[in-house]
Amino acid sequence: MSVSEPPVSVAAPRSRVRAWRLLASNPLTVAAAIVLAVVVLASMLAPWIAPYGVNQIDVANALTSPSPAHWFGTDELGRDVLSRVLLAGSTSLTIAVSAVAIALVLGLVLGVVAGFAGGWVDAALMRIVDVMFAFPVLLLALAIIAIFQPGMLTTTIAIGVVYTPIFARVARASTLSLRTAPFVQVSRTMGTPAASILRRHVLPNIGGPIIVQTSLSLAFAILSEAALSFLGLGIQPPAPSWGGMLFTAQGFLAQAWWMSVFPGAAIFVTALAFNLFGDGLRDGLDPRQRTIIEARHGQRRRERAAAALRRDMTDREASR
Amino acid sequence: MSIAPAQLLRFLGARLLSSAVVLLGVLIVVFALVHLVPGDPVRLALGTRYTPEAYDALRAASGLDRSLPEQFVTYIAHALTGDLGVSFRNGQPVTTTLLQRLPATISLALVGLVIALIISVPAGVYSALREGRVSDVVVRLTSQFGVSVPDFWLGLLLISLFSLTLGLLPASGYLALTDDPGGWLRQVTLPGLTVGLVAGAIMTRYIRAAVIDVASAGYIRTAVSKGLPRRVVVSRHIVRGALVPVLTIAGIQLATILGGVIVVEVVFAWPGLGRLVYDAVAARDYPLIQGAVLLVAVMFIVVNLIVDVLYAVVDPRIRAA
Repeated sequence: MSVSEPPVSVAAPRSRVRAWRLLASNPLTVAAAIVLAVVVLASMLAPWIAPYGVNQIDVANALTSPSPAHWFGTDELGRDVLSRVLLAGSTSLTIAVSAVAIALVLGLVLGVVAGFAGGWVDAALMRIVDVMFAFPVLLLALAIIAIFQPGMLTTTIAIGVVYTPIFARVARASTLSLRTAPFVQVSRTMGTPAASILRRHVLPNIGGPIIVQTSLSLAFAILSEAALSFLGLGIQPPAPSWGGMLFTAQGFLAQAWWMSVFPGAAIFVTALAFNLFGDGLRDGLDPRQRTIIEARHGQRRRERAAAALRRDMTDREASR
Repeated sequence: MSIAPAQLLRFLGARLLSSAVVLLGVLIVVFALVHLVPGDPVRLALGTRYTPEAYDALRAASGLDRSLPEQFVTYIAHALTGDLGVSFRNGQPVTTTLLQRLPATISLALVGLVIALIISVPAGVYSALREGRVSDVVVRLTSQFGVSVPDFWLGLLLISLFSLTLGLLPASGYLALTDDPGGWLRQVTLPGLTVGLVAGAIMTRYIRAAVIDVASAGYIRTAVSKGLPRRVVVSRHIVRGALVPVLTIAGIQLATILGGVIVVEVVFAWPGLGRLVYDAVAARDYPLIQGAVLLVAVMFIVVNLIVDVLYAVVDPRIRAA
């Protein structure tokens, strides 16, 4: 946002401050942010803080229950579950973040181009998105993995591709509403090239919904990667992954509850934190939602509910 | 409410056309699947069983020795008549294998959907009517838990509790409903709960939003202001008004569940489509993967089409849009 665009640059800082204040006023969002910070930090520092090596085998101490020496117990080969959960975290987060980055970039380009161009370009691009939506997320990811070899890169690409349509829809919806906005129309009549309009007006103003979708998608990307790794088609052993650990744990459910409880809890807590944080962001950052919150109990109540329903449907429809 | 047949027909036609376009796209994607494999899919599928004779035979049987446009036309023509080729592994027709597995998946999906509805309708309505209060926050947070829980982990926890600790229910296995209804019910309970709890959590969010939407409509305000008791307003007006969106949500969820049961089927050794896809991917049995992906996508398209049409029949506003 440059200084030459008064309506946007004047309004933005104030509303942004308000947005963050709204975010900080929700204890759940703050809690989610703290949990996320801990998870990210623990995963990044995993190589240094993990008490044992990931593949440090100690058969004499196999399947020992949680103790001061092994907080999360040991697995069937005597490997420390805590160390593996920590290191698996960094892999899971790396894949989730890279996959969502792919989905974000692809979806943003598709959605903004479709929404801004309109006409047959829009129709054609949205039919492609419709086709992608016809495949359940995990099934499409499996099909992509079946084409290539399972591994970190394939998993990342597969998850990135399956979450692209959601971003495309969100970006398109926001772009469409901006295309007819007076300040964009004025800019158009002044002869501003399309590229500049996109860069100056469209992209900065669709940030809110996109950021919200990013947080929610990170939750689902974590879940998808875990599911693929559980099926043995994601991260390949001996590299640790939460899903892979759970697959092994299935064979030891009766003897070693800790083998299934801790990796599963790690997935659950991380996904939950991303989801709660995303919902908090929605309340704070999504401009439509913000005006709606401010007009709470006013006449816009009905519109808010309808908008929330529609948004929820597009956000989550094909998420799981 | 009278239905204008011409308008409904026009909507139906447009909706069918767009479904057909999506179906064509799905067919292209599924066809492309086997051709995107780097290297030779037949060679990969044969693996250690490779001999030049087996290779030529399989290539000819799967039509991969013909030109690409020819293959495409043949694939579409065959697929439309229900012929999805033969498995790379055992030479069985893919369609037969899929149809054998379909009942198990459909029964699990329906049980999951019923459980999801039992949970989400009361929870969603209750939460919506107490919007903003503590009980609403509790319901929303609980549903957030359900949305974030990995279904296969939930399955493992349920097995730990109900099979291994309490010894109440079997951890895995499958009996056909038609052979042994009692045994089927015992077998389907845990996988059904796993599917239903997760789907129920997602549906609670939608239903809450749908009820809030209906509850703030003008006719509800009228009903309240003419002095109807709250109970009557809720049961006769709000719940009935929310029924249409709830049906839509249920339809969408059913389609999602059908494709999403892969992992749950693997956890519970449930011999459905998901388990089949999993085995087919591991075995690189491309015709079977193609067939299963196509079947699930077609079910998704059809369920969505039915839901949209039902919606339009019930709610005239949709047709005009």
